Amino acid sequence: MNWGSAAEFFAMGGYAAYVWGSFAVVALCLVVECLAVRARRKRALGELRRAGAAALEGRT
Amino acid sequence: MNWLKYSSPQAFYPLAGRMLPWFAGAAALFAAAGLYVGFFVAPTDFQQGESYRIIFVHVPASWMSMFIYLVMAGWAAFALAFNTRLSGMMATALAPTGALFAFLSLWTGALWGKPTWGTYWVWDARLTSELILFFLYLGFMALQAAIDDPRRADKAGAVLALVGVVNIPIIYFSVQWWNTLHQGASVSLTRSPTMAATMFAGMVLMVLAFWMYSIAVALARVRAIILERERRTDWVQELKEVAA
Repeated sequence: MNWGSAAEFFAMGGYAAYVWGSFAVVALCLVVECLAVRARRKRALGELRRAGAAALEGRT
Repeated sequence: MNWLKYSSPQAFYPLAGRMLPWFAGAAALFAAAGLYVGFFVAPTDFQQGESYRIIFVHVPASWMSMFIYLVMAGWAAFALAFNTRLSGMMATALAPTGALFAFLSLWTGALWGKPTWGTYWVWDARLTSELILFFLYLGFMALQAAIDDPRRADKAGAVLALVGVVNIPIIYFSVQWWNTLHQGASVSLTRSPTMAATMFAGMVLMVLAFWMYSIAVALARVRAIILERERRTDWVQELKEVAA
């Protein structure tokens, strides 16, 4: 175990800004990418449903 | 098993959907293990103190940025040579993830460079060629976005992706070919790694996590692309997630 306390862990031996700045931005980017892909899928499905509904109306 | 069967978007769409949770789950498990080893098992570096822990995201992001480019160019070449629809979609699906990892490689590299070299950025061979990789991804995406016909966009993008492949060995060997601030490879196939075993283990776990993540997110994105491009086909309109 490297850390005597939680405070020591978060301080990262004085390099907190660099270490947490790296890990936080990586985590943030991956989460945003997942949300973007999910939004893209929802948008595609929404357009398909609208097109399907329009086609049905056109038929009647 | 007939793999060619899965080269059609119609067959690949449900297959990708079934594979997705496995890769996503593996990514989460590897990341949890890698972060644990990286922060709690791997010792403090005697030269760099705790700042070296950036390695656990920097190296995986950098490797993936290069590897995804090769895979993307491979799919693009396949699409160009055989005119297969799915391979073009795979290349398109990989580009944003590759661009993201190239950006993260530069970002984490800058934050690691400041405490170790005293500067966020230098125009040296390794850093500059990685920046060019980032721009190649952006160029590929912008070019594809600028062409309305997806098949033509695939072809134009493929040519750009293939020309850009020349940059990958330049990045990889830059630390040998030129004098650079960036350190040489810590890991190579020909000799044992020049770091503590637990540091190396943490890095390998994080590489695996990033690898699984990349596959999962690319599969998810290619499914969305299939829905967009195949929207006029009967099979898409009959999907239960569309009919619902």
